[in-house]
Amino acid sequence: MSTLSAERVAAVFVEAADTLIDEFDLIEFLHMVTTRASELVGSAAAGLLLVDAGGVLQFMAASDEQSQLLELFQVQAHEGPCQDCFRTGTPITVAELGAAADRWPRFAPRAVEAGFRSVHAFPMRLRREVIGALNLFGTLPAQIDPTDIPVVQALADVATIGVLQERAVRRGEAVSEQLQAALQSRIVIEQAKGAIAQVFGVSVDEAFTILRTYCRRNNLRLGAVALSVVTDPETLTKLRPGP
Amino acid sequence: MPGTAVRLRAICSAATRDLPASGASVSVMASGGWCGLAAASDAASSAVEELQFTLGEGPCLDAFEGRGPILVADLARDGETRWPGYTAAALEQGVRAVFAFPLLVGSARLGALDVYRRYTGPLSAAAQAQAVSLAELVTATLLNGQENAAHHQGPSGLDDILDGRFEIHQAQGMVMVQLQVSLDEAMARIRAYAYARERDVGAVARDIVARRLTLDRDNQ
Repeated sequence: MSTLSAERVAAVFVEAADTLIDEFDLIEFLHMVTTRASELVGSAAAGLLLVDAGGVLQFMAASDEQSQLLELFQVQAHEGPCQDCFRTGTPITVAELGAAADRWPRFAPRAVEAGFRSVHAFPMRLRREVIGALNLFGTLPAQIDPTDIPVVQALADVATIGVLQERAVRRGEAVSEQLQAALQSRIVIEQAKGAIAQVFGVSVDEAFTILRTYCRRNNLRLGAVALSVVTDPETLTKLRPGP
Repeated sequence: MPGTAVRLRAICSAATRDLPASGASVSVMASGGWCGLAAASDAASSAVEELQFTLGEGPCLDAFEGRGPILVADLARDGETRWPGYTAAALEQGVRAVFAFPLLVGSARLGALDVYRRYTGPLSAAAQAQAVSLAELVTATLLNGQENAAHHQGPSGLDDILDGRFEIHQAQGMVMVQLQVSLDEAMARIRAYAYARERDVGAVARDIVARRLTLDRDNQ
């Protein structure tokens, strides 16, 4: 029998879904996931690691921020259940950490020293991509209830979706800002072309040549000179084409 | 692969067919409210969209500024106080309802998708949802175009979608120098001239740039 009531599980998933549509803060969201994961299965602590651009697992959030626990997450950048879980893409469960020193000579003794006796890690996975792992620690030697496994995995999956969505939005924002910046600077250049054309009685194409020639000769950026042309009338006189 | 402009036009046509509507258009905007028509399903929609640009007011600008849809089911009834110039001109062109959806990416914004109808009445919930999806598609198309341009895999995103839309800014620069006024005032004078003569601001700008037209201090 699962230790979880259906209502509690449902409540957690509703909360996660609400967090995804509200003003979204990634760290806050991940912190919520670790807290609920630890409450749901009655583990002492839960933490979450994400792989960075360099392929290294980085600690992101934990249900409890005591330093010994944080250190256990740091160690897992090199070895430990999260590392194995991340590499294999499958859950790793260890019922007795006291017997795991051969497997993880750095991680296991520290975990025991911090007061933990069991550990479980669940992959954060979307299809073939594994982006991190969710880690549960217990203070007693114990197997995880097999019927709890799909629930915790589902929570890890929700966290995965949240992380990937946030990344997609951020990438979109970056490109959108590029587009806005390109648009703004293009507008200013066109305004400057008009101003130069008017001052020197030339066409806008010739005005652009004057602007570009001036920039090259003085090793200045086109956008900066254009902005100066439309905001400071003095600049226009400096642009007069030479003989 | 077709360019961004071609794809935007296809989305405007799809909106016209599916919502349904009499026409649709996309404007790309820079913060500060400058509005540039990027694509339209047909010439009539293009002219209506251009009105907002000429008059400096309209649902598309408000959708962009407010980051939310502006739904005007009866333009004659609800538009007058909000956009007096735009409402009169759009009604004259046969528009009875207009629905504007902002192009949003997280905290950033790109412009708006506008949908026009020649009869009054609200968009159904299903049509609204579809319009929001189409606005997302427009946004994705613009972002892809920008990414390709950034990697030099196609025509520069902006030149492609805003082809010929930059004359207004050249004209703005010219009028600024000629009349010794600020850029904002130069734009206001070009708009006033266009409005007073019932011409669109793009055509007036082209005349100024080609020196077929010179604004003086009195002709507004």
